[in-house]
Amino acid sequence: MHEFGITESIVSIVLGKAKEARTRRITEINLVVGELSGFVPDCIQFYFDFLSKDNIAKGAILHFELAPAQLRCRNCSVTFHPQDTLWTCPKCQSQDVEITGGRELYVKSMEVE
Amino acid sequence: MKKIEVIQNILEANDSIAAQNQQLLNENGVFAINIMSAPGAGKTSLILQTVAELRNKLRIAVIEGDVASTLDSEKVRNEVVDVVQITTRNMSESCTLIANMVDHALKRLPLGDIDLLLIENVGNLICPSEFALGEHKRVVISSLPEGDDKPIKYPMIFADADAVVINKLDFLPYVEFDINSFQIALKGLNPKVEIFQVSCKTGAGIEDWCAWLLKELEANQHKSQAKK
Repeated sequence: MHEFGITESIVSIVLGKAKEARTRRITEINLVVGELSGFVPDCIQFYFDFLSKDNIAKGAILHFELAPAQLRCRNCSVTFHPQDTLWTCPKCQSQDVEITGGRELYVKSMEVE
Repeated sequence: MKKIEVIQNILEANDSIAAQNQQLLNENGVFAINIMSAPGAGKTSLILQTVAELRNKLRIAVIEGDVASTLDSEKVRNEVVDVVQITTRNMSESCTLIANMVDHALKRLPLGDIDLLLIENVGNLICPSEFALGEHKRVVISSLPEGDDKPIKYPMIFADADAVVINKLDFLPYVEFDINSFQIALKGLNPKVEIFQVSCKTGAGIEDWCAWLLKELEANQHKSQAKK
């Protein structure tokens, strides 16, 4: 359910940008959502349709670009994508890893008329 | 048709309210911790044990976050003077506390008189990790009956924790929980994390946990004073 608050933020960001650009209608919105971020795209679209029904973003299509999870091994510096839930370095088997990608959550761009 | 570049972080609104909350806390010399765990891991029990241990040294306030009911705040109210209950069911963002809710709660507390603020988040291992509240430290509780695989299954909340409290140590003879493999997985995600082993039922380990809290509280006081 935390997607509702997130979607409110998305609507507020795009309406603000549309106002700055003096456009009449927002038709498409491109979002980047990290694989590790815990947000569900279908949920965001559902709330978006509800929250945009009375403004210039009504009917806009949301595109979700998934930013893959990326980990870096602190032991041997190898960068890798976790294959399952066990975050072990494929090269040296170390479990000492840091997250370098996959937490993104931002509005990248939008199409307006 | 025209394309507009945006590149704006969606969590920015929450993060900026969280930063304001932290500033307000610092101005009043309040040290705040955000306590997160799955439902039933022992957030309320850890708060009660912490209050019992530190009540003679510190003035403590509690913010209770729950989806529904005031059961936890009733338990805590007998022990702590200042308790604010946030019931998220009546709000749109129902599965976790967000910075805005804590902002409202802070306005109902006598911040000038408080040293330590314990914020009990909604029982959930996924959503709370995304939302900063303005806390100084993040604490995650993992209890033995949940199993030792939680850092592997819910990595984000453990990767961001300053401390992890392993609770219900008294269950060790009855459940399959390998404390060593839990710690290896946890340290892998988060090498700097502090780990405490406690039983809120027997009180074992509570002293060490409270000693860490006191140490961090004092360190934060020095930092806030240095800034002034």
